[in-house]
Amino acid sequence: MDILLGRVAFWTMLIGMVAGTSCSVVGCYLVLRRMSLLGDAISHAVLPGIAIGVLMSGQIGGIPSIIGALVFGLLTTLLIEVLHGQGRLTEDSSIGVVFSSLFSIGVIIITREARHKHIDTDCILYGLIEAAPLDLVTIVGFEIPRVMLTLVPVMLVILSLVFCFWKEFKIASFDPVLATAMGISATLVHYLLMSMVAAVTVSSFEAVGSILVIAMLIVPAATAHLLTDRLISMMLVAVAVSWISSVLGYWIAAYVNTSVAGMIAVIAGGQFLLAVLFSPKYGLVSRAFRNGALAVRIMSEDILARLYRLEEKGDSLASSSASHSGAGVVLRWWSDFLLRRQGLVSTEPTGKLSLTESGRHRARELVRAHRLWESYLGENFNLAPDHLHDAAERMEHFIGPKLQERITEELRERDSDPHGRPIPPQ
Amino acid sequence: MLDYNTAVVLVGVTALAVTSGVVGTFLVLRRRALAGDALAHASLPGLVGAFLLFERRDLYLLLSGALISALLGIAVIAALRRYTRIKEDAAIGIVLSVFFGAGIVLSRLAQNRTTAGSKAGLDSFLLGKTAGMIYQDALIIVILSLVTLGIVFVLFKELKLVTFDPGFAIAQGWPTLGLDLMILSLVAVNVMIGLPAVGVVLVAALLILPAVSARFWTERLDTMILLAAGFGAIIGITGTFLSASFDRFPAGPVIILTGSFVLGISMLAAPRRGLVVQVIRDYRFRKEIECRALLEEIYEFAEQRSWPTKEQVLHRSGERAALRRLIHQGLVREMGNDHLELTTPGMRRAESVVLGSRLWKMFLDTHPDLAGSLVDLSHESVDEILPPDTVRELNELVRLQGRWPSLSAR
Repeated sequence: MDILLGRVAFWTMLIGMVAGTSCSVVGCYLVLRRMSLLGDAISHAVLPGIAIGVLMSGQIGGIPSIIGALVFGLLTTLLIEVLHGQGRLTEDSSIGVVFSSLFSIGVIIITREARHKHIDTDCILYGLIEAAPLDLVTIVGFEIPRVMLTLVPVMLVILSLVFCFWKEFKIASFDPVLATAMGISATLVHYLLMSMVAAVTVSSFEAVGSILVIAMLIVPAATAHLLTDRLISMMLVAVAVSWISSVLGYWIAAYVNTSVAGMIAVIAGGQFLLAVLFSPKYGLVSRAFRNGALAVRIMSEDILARLYRLEEKGDSLASSSASHSGAGVVLRWWSDFLLRRQGLVSTEPTGKLSLTESGRHRARELVRAHRLWESYLGENFNLAPDHLHDAAERMEHFIGPKLQERITEELRERDSDPHGRPIPPQ
Repeated sequence: MLDYNTAVVLVGVTALAVTSGVVGTFLVLRRRALAGDALAHASLPGLVGAFLLFERRDLYLLLSGALISALLGIAVIAALRRYTRIKEDAAIGIVLSVFFGAGIVLSRLAQNRTTAGSKAGLDSFLLGKTAGMIYQDALIIVILSLVTLGIVFVLFKELKLVTFDPGFAIAQGWPTLGLDLMILSLVAVNVMIGLPAVGVVLVAALLILPAVSARFWTERLDTMILLAAGFGAIIGITGTFLSASFDRFPAGPVIILTGSFVLGISMLAAPRRGLVVQVIRDYRFRKEIECRALLEEIYEFAEQRSWPTKEQVLHRSGERAALRRLIHQGLVREMGNDHLELTTPGMRRAESVVLGSRLWKMFLDTHPDLAGSLVDLSHESVDEILPPDTVRELNELVRLQGRWPSLSAR
């Protein structure tokens, strides 16, 4: 149990959560502004800055590294803009070219220096969060991991920037033209945002490594984007996702003895997958479910209306209809089942279906809606009588009492549809 | 200096880089430059997974695994774009990082299970290692390169159409989706054979660097492909020698930096799109505009009163330089007591400049609605841009208002 709840475990998860908080808040802006790949580019391209900082201070994540990363982060943004603007390259090509070049420089500096100094290349590239709690410093009597000294201040700076410039960032992200018109410099916001990306990248390096930082930036924010439509709730959800990734990622990785950083990315990806499938509003499964429910409702209502019309003619409907095939059979079967359970339809001993009293009431409303709509179309659009039915067949499911009332008013108490059949009273 | 091993590596890497240039051209022009990156990162879990599953370090087995997970990654990106509200950029970022994370997780598991020797083997796939390339590997690379080049050669017309006008290609009933998939699978194969040499992280850059460099030099697809292949060859040869001489550096970054250097040169020195030429062109254009403005000012001053003194027309420091240029060109001459005068050729030039400017202003007055789409005030004359009947109408209006430049006739 010690590996899951001990001191090292506690610090590792806390480091992951602090890094995740800054990353996912900044990531929300990246996802909304469709600049995820610029974030990816910066997280790769700050490597030489970090390497130079490491050369100067002999440690990763110190103040020189942060400054180096900020310089290279802005340089990346600038170079991409030069290639895209003056060089007239497409944006994706510019991004790809710039970050791989700068990343290569960084790798070469680090491998060169790794022989002289005690630098773990793996740690910089792929993250070694599990080693971070072993490097402790004492602050006012408490022993805390050294990385917290950069992670916490960076998180506080990021959060206060987001808090202070909430309105500016929000307007510039959703409507840059409006922002410019209101006197908010879009360029300034852009570069401020890119500096924030560079800062969270470098501070999160020890937690997740240079390549997996992008997982912390983009994946929680994208997950939140699927779950909510408001910026503030998007940020909160993103932070929650990153915390869950840190805790579960650490536990699973510690249990099977593998890379914590990699596992954090995988857990974040798993949560994203869940959101893709089951998000209440945008999830694929929930959407399919809603469509299915609608299809069942329409099918049930069609059955009711058909029974009503047959009753008008003094006929009844056989329970199993041969006109459906494939998915239609299931749909028909399920609709029949639901109608019976709701007591709208009953089966006679002869096997025929007939309306119950409440079913007849519901069916009358539907047929009323259908014939009202036909009359309305016939009156106002001068369509041939044989063109009215199909449109009304679709609309009847969506004409509520209010709309019915308005149509009735407009038709001035007509009591039969264009085909001469009576419009049932309410 | 060129021993057998280096020769093998040289042939392999060069063939790889040449094909990358050719295939990358389509990727860059199709604006899919980062699809290669996603493909490469997404290949890692398959590569390590194949190793874990079969417990063998057979290169072709590993690369098959890599190909499967790379294609899965691309499919996930396409599905996210098609079925969710996630945009392409985020989709690429997500697939890239999550697949790569899974790859790291698996590779750590592989390290736990096996000895240190095989660990080094898997590690070299991250940042590349050319030294391990043997004769068979180079042979496979060359064969696959030839196949790829052959396909591009045979399908050149089709690929060209799909690249530049996919809408037209669809309307003509071409199998656009199939051709797109064809490009993507060429990219995938190319990434796979590049993995051992350049590494997961940087192999995609090898695809775009030669193509992007070539883009600076030409506007034609066939020239661009040939140039990209040539740049690929340069990158391959130079990169191999460099990474052979700096043994302790991973090969990927060395090769990519060679490519960055080629790109830097192209960006600066290319004849029409290069930055140096652009800066010179901008500078000349600014000078030209300043000269025209000064000519116009002298002319209009003389039109209303008499020849101006220097103080009357020179307001900013830039105008002094413009005046020196005009005098040097023999368009303006200095009279006694600081007066300036237009020479005969100067007068002709000034009248043409002034007429152009008045016609433009008249056009702005009479057709303010068209101003945004048509007006290019940097053009001295309206004739080249506006339709002839509009030009006649404008000429008439300027004459009627008595603003036709006619100083030379006085």
